Amino acid sequence: MKARLLLMALALLMALAPTATAAPRASLTEIEKQVMCPVCGTLLQLAESPQAQREKAFIQRLIAEGKTEDQIKDALVAEYGDEVLALPRDSGFSLSAYVVPIVAFLVAVVALALGVLRWRRAGNQGGNDSADPAGPKGDDAERLDADLARYDL
Amino acid sequence: MSVRSSIAVLGVLALVGLLVFGLVSKGGSRVAVGDRAPSPSLPRLEGGGSESLAAYEGRWVLVNFWASWCEPCKQEAPALEDFQRQHGGPKFTVLGIDTRDLTDDGRGFVREYGLTYPQLRDGDGGYAHDYGTTGVPENFLVDPSGRVQWLLPGPVDEEYLREQVAPFLPREKS
Repeated sequence: MKARLLLMALALLMALAPTATAAPRASLTEIEKQVMCPVCGTLLQLAESPQAQREKAFIQRLIAEGKTEDQIKDALVAEYGDEVLALPRDSGFSLSAYVVPIVAFLVAVVALALGVLRWRRAGNQGGNDSADPAGPKGDDAERLDADLARYDL
Repeated sequence: MSVRSSIAVLGVLALVGLLVFGLVSKGGSRVAVGDRAPSPSLPRLEGGGSESLAAYEGRWVLVNFWASWCEPCKQEAPALEDFQRQHGGPKFTVLGIDTRDLTDDGRGFVREYGLTYPQLRDGDGGYAHDYGTTGVPENFLVDPSGRVQWLLPGPVDEEYLREQVAPFLPREKS
């Protein structure tokens, strides 16, 4: 019974093992791609200025302390403000940076579709008009028909 | 003009307005002599709490933007400390603004150079942007009413402080 329990526990551990290793260790190479050098105005990955060197050393220190990627980015924001992030956060007001372009794109597509529909409808109406050329109508048409009838060509 | 045309024109104008606003707000204009010095509240580099330039109203203040990674800032720091020891008091102070710097590095710099004048922290560079600085160090002399009377986009030395800044200050040790 004990052996069976032990086997089951081992199987459970093995099943959970991939989950346990799912949170990768933070790396300078990865974080450098996601944050800016505030003084240079470029990605930290591309920067070699003295300020950038300090920022890289700061990140390495936090990695050595076992901090996660998110914790390190939070620490950078606490030091340099939100502008240190290369991409805006996907929460709060910063979310508008992602939502506004999508909404603007959808509005533009709808406006374009409506415009095309209206244009096609106008085109069709124009086609009918050309099949039925503009000419005298009502009394004028009757008078014209009568005049033409007088000329038996 | 039809309603539809008016809406289209308004849309284009709004877009152009947004672009102009974006361009204007991107680059801060440099504070000039005679301008009121910006005075938002900033955290103290050491000791906690926050403070603004307004706290020094009634005093001449030499606002010095610096960062620990900046070589010229290291060269001018001793001269600024000497100047503070000579003139610092109820009528004058140097006010250091550690900008775009790591807090611990800034504190280390203050300790290394034995700086005794007050220090504020401008981590995101917003205050430096308000002054329109283009780098560090930069120095602004603000009069007791809060207006800029002199500025230097670059490092100062003892001679420069003695000849250019000291003449503004009251005669007796302030």
